[in-house]
Amino acid sequence: MTGREALPHYVESTRLQHFVNYEVVGKSALRVQRWRDQWKLATRRPRPDSPLSPPLRCVAYMKEIMSRHYLEGRYAAGVRKVAWVTSGAPTEPLQALGYFLVYPENHAALCGVRRKAQSIAEEAEHAGWSRDICSYARTDIGSMLSGKTPAGRLPRPDVLVCCTNICQTVLHWYRVLADYFGCPLVLIDTPFLFHEAHEHEVAYVKRQIEDMICVAEEIAGKSLHEKRFQDVMANARRGAELWLEILNRSQHRPAPMTAFDGFIHMGPIVDMRGEAVVVAYYERMLAELDERIDRGIGAIKNERYRVLWDNLPIWFKIGDLSKWLAERGVNVVASTYTYAWGELAPMIDPDHPLDSMARVYLHPILNRSTGHKLESMKRMVDEFELDGVILHSDRSCKPYSLGQIDQRDRLVKKLGVPALLLEADHNDPRDYAEEQGSNRLEAFVETMEARA
Amino acid sequence: MSHVAAIGIDAGSTTCKLVAVDRDGAIIAWLLEPTEPRVEIQVRRMLDALRAEIRIETAVPAIATGYGRKLIKQATRNLTEITCHARGVFRDLGRAGTLIDIGGQDSKVIQIGEDGRPVDFMMNDKCAAGTGRFLEYTAARLGVPIEALGKRALSVSSEEPISSTCTVFAESEIISLIARGAEPDAILRGLHRSLVGRVVSMARSVGIVPPVMLSGGVARNEAVRTMIAEATGEDVIVPRQPQLMGAYGAALLGSAA
Repeated sequence: MTGREALPHYVESTRLQHFVNYEVVGKSALRVQRWRDQWKLATRRPRPDSPLSPPLRCVAYMKEIMSRHYLEGRYAAGVRKVAWVTSGAPTEPLQALGYFLVYPENHAALCGVRRKAQSIAEEAEHAGWSRDICSYARTDIGSMLSGKTPAGRLPRPDVLVCCTNICQTVLHWYRVLADYFGCPLVLIDTPFLFHEAHEHEVAYVKRQIEDMICVAEEIAGKSLHEKRFQDVMANARRGAELWLEILNRSQHRPAPMTAFDGFIHMGPIVDMRGEAVVVAYYERMLAELDERIDRGIGAIKNERYRVLWDNLPIWFKIGDLSKWLAERGVNVVASTYTYAWGELAPMIDPDHPLDSMARVYLHPILNRSTGHKLESMKRMVDEFELDGVILHSDRSCKPYSLGQIDQRDRLVKKLGVPALLLEADHNDPRDYAEEQGSNRLEAFVETMEARA
Repeated sequence: MSHVAAIGIDAGSTTCKLVAVDRDGAIIAWLLEPTEPRVEIQVRRMLDALRAEIRIETAVPAIATGYGRKLIKQATRNLTEITCHARGVFRDLGRAGTLIDIGGQDSKVIQIGEDGRPVDFMMNDKCAAGTGRFLEYTAARLGVPIEALGKRALSVSSEEPISSTCTVFAESEIISLIARGAEPDAILRGLHRSLVGRVVSMARSVGIVPPVMLSGGVARNEAVRTMIAEATGEDVIVPRQPQLMGAYGAALLGSAA
């Protein structure tokens, strides 16, 4: 089926609508909202009964940036060229060509955090999509079919860019999108890395990125400006470097932020990588974390145990889990997931944009061996001085969950670190058993207590 | 009579247990009843019954464990079954090793270290496969009382393989087997084998450090004990009162004995 008529909720805006609703009214309203949030954060009385320290002040800016991005999305179709991209897609040339980018995975996570994912995913299930498909895919397909979204409205894509460096589901998912939207699909195939990338693999990915640029230029009706491209690459590198520095600040005791904060604050590096606003935001965030470190303020008030989180978050549970763990003195100070958007920063070279992009997009943690992930986790246990590891066995994300039983086993036996396999799903609450989940978490905390 | 140092309350999904220990960690009194829907009311009544039997001072610590532990208002603290079973069994048997606790609602494999503390654990996944409920539910289909399950399963040498570990699907398999005229005891034997296969594979994923110890209500089932020994190739040791180990461990943790 292809059919614009079948998806009536995807409407185009005029330049006037974009200008008035987004540029003038929307941006101003969001600025006022940010001032209100800042005022609330500054004047809110500390809650002595909360196990968590007050939220970071910069969260008001993050809310503004992300809301602005989604608000523009409502009016982008018909005004800017729109690309829907996977989270590991090489987006920098698209940024430089002026595309508005939609990350369906991030949109699905937004639905998860707002606890709307299940009802939206059910729209896809009612249309025949299997419950065994990734809950991100079901959420986005459900949203596409029904128009339901907490973001108000998403813009129809002019092009789809799918990179297989995170999973193979995206390949089939984006083919479905292409079929429904009737727009070109650019596929970037990244060979799985058992060790380091071979030169022919880098060349193979580079050529596909070049092909993607040709398609994107044709759709945009303009050529990629080299200087602009290098600027975007420089912003991408600086943003990723800052993000990595932010995450590494949690090596301090007490850690100034939790991984749950990281899951929320990663929005800009995922959605707007390459934009100057991301660099400015993370500079602000880093300064606030340094201020916390100087004043000895931890993200949780009584940090007794420091823990690593492996895999995607359980989006619909992050608030509850964060509080539940903090009440028991557990701070999840690091996560392999948030790290994925920072650890490749040194590879980004604005002077050799295409070569370095090919390398970067070959090396995400999910495109590398399970042994590589184990080594990363071991290193994090050491560098962050961790007392335990929670491995979220994510029903939806098979590539991330593959190998976790062995990884858990090695962490326990080789490093002597308690490690818990927690079965859940990143977006579907039907795949999380509350009672059994909290029972396992409690037993895990008791195991750390017994060792202390 | 010895002085009560602490009380352990194990509000499990199938049975509710109370154990009182003295300063030396010896069991002074215990109670065991099938779990009622309102476990908090049941525990209050059982505590009264225990008080009628022995003298308990009001300041005596009470530690609750089991699925209903958070409902027990009389408890001074609550702990998971992992910590409590490990402590109870270590005290009773005095051995480090691999403890398999098969309860009504879940099963767990706990590696007990030399100092009696849990080093590592693994629990069954979210379904009832590998739990006491699997046997209870499927045996009901054959009309066999729980106490007779193990004996009946060991009474025959033939075995009907049950391929499904899912409780609901296993029941469908039983219906088909009965319809084909299969021997009920051979079906029972197959059911035990299926449960044991599931539990032992979980134990292997944690790593089996001998001896293998069993606790929980299902440890009283001789077929489960025999088959676990066969599957692991290790001796299986069972405490005298395997069902009480959670409550006993809780009481020990309360008395710090």
